[in-house]
Amino acid sequence: MNRFIWVLLSFCFAIAAWQALVSLTGVPHFILPAPKQVLDTLIKSRELIAWHAVVTISEVLIGLLLGAFLGALTALHLMVSATSRRLLMPILVFSQAIPVFALAPVLTLWLGYGIWSKVFMAVLITYFPVASNFLDGLRRTDRGYLDLATTMKAGRWQTLLQIRLPAALPSLASGLKLAAVYAPIGAIIGEWVGASDGLGYLMLLANGRAKIDLMFASLFVLASFTVILHSLVSLFANWLTRRAKGETKELLEKA
Amino acid sequence: MITLAGSLLTGTNDWLFQSVELELFPGGWSCLLGPSGVGKTTILRLLAGLETHGAFQGKINTARCSYMAQQDLLMPWLNVMGNVTLGAKLRGEEIDTQRARELIEQVGLTEHTDKYPGQLSGGMRQRASLARTLMEDQDLVLLDEPFSALDAKKRADMQELAHELLGGKTVMLVTHDPAEAARLGNRNLIMNESGLHAMPAKTISNILAPEAPETLNLQSSLLVALRKAAA
Repeated sequence: MNRFIWVLLSFCFAIAAWQALVSLTGVPHFILPAPKQVLDTLIKSRELIAWHAVVTISEVLIGLLLGAFLGALTALHLMVSATSRRLLMPILVFSQAIPVFALAPVLTLWLGYGIWSKVFMAVLITYFPVASNFLDGLRRTDRGYLDLATTMKAGRWQTLLQIRLPAALPSLASGLKLAAVYAPIGAIIGEWVGASDGLGYLMLLANGRAKIDLMFASLFVLASFTVILHSLVSLFANWLTRRAKGETKELLEKA
Repeated sequence: MITLAGSLLTGTNDWLFQSVELELFPGGWSCLLGPSGVGKTTILRLLAGLETHGAFQGKINTARCSYMAQQDLLMPWLNVMGNVTLGAKLRGEEIDTQRARELIEQVGLTEHTDKYPGQLSGGMRQRASLARTLMEDQDLVLLDEPFSALDAKKRADMQELAHELLGGKTVMLVTHDPAEAARLGNRNLIMNESGLHAMPAKTISNILAPEAPETLNLQSSLLVALRKAAA
């Protein structure tokens, strides 16, 4: 509860500072609108913003789910196959040197102006952190656990699924948390480069027409969504981690 | 008969040990003592069929074993029942829950069957680990300092429990504690750079009381020999 009050206070402080800046400098509203004006626009244009938000949120969620799924699958595959690991790891690492921004135009060319070029951007940007974190975790299994599995005559797949995988869940969880922050960035970049819907498109459009209040209102919605997404993914990730460490609720309450 | 004879060349082309000959006491406890880094754990790992840092040259006659280490190696994401039945799960076999319950009862953890390792004390964790070892039901049991992290009382209790429950099995125990070897060992060996050396051991099959004169005599002669071995 205490923490919530501080968050609230922090926001009030930021808004007050913003209002003070606008009042004291007398800056025109098409350069920096007052907080109240942004709020009015947010309410007035709620249907427009909501429509574009739905598009962006869909892109982010589809992209995040696909990216995380493919990333986790890749990590499992690279864990099992040493040949694949040697063959693919250099390409994977090199691919991270390519800024996703640079790929956006060609993705639009290949996949069109619709949501799929943005979904693909989000997949690209979330895939690597999930794959590399999870693979790291899979490869760093406690030697002792593996020795135990050997003396128990465990099969290769059983060892992977019942020992390496659960032991690597905390690493998968940190990959997912990173991915949740990156996914909206991917989608917005995609929308900037070429789109007819989505918050990124709306912000660019509003900016071009000096509707800075609409731009800020869209930005506020986008940031709120990102925070909510990150919190939800964190909740899930922390649950995964607790599960892997055998920390039940009961134990946490005792602590 | 479980035997090992040979030498181990390390990755840097040094001998970790040379011309070692080991024969485990059949149906009883063989305790292996000696300074750190001399290769006791390596011998145990060779018998367990585990990887070692080096190339072994010689002959090993061993069997499938159950293995217990200093770390309890309980999977934190499984409860006590899940950990005790881990072996069957890893082999894709049917799980004998009834037998697991009996073993959990024998190590005194019935009330804690559904708890996770993080909720158990160090002593309870080692008892869960012992139940898992028993669940494997192998004639050869390899123990690598399993009680060394416990306090004196828990360690003595665990020694008695393990001795009782592992009765009739061929057990090899790597330990740093002469008192432990004195109480448990039907055959005691000290390992140093010159090889394995047979030491006096108890002559009865029962575990010795910690305060019995025979225990104390054995313990002091082992301690004297250990100090010489390290020098």
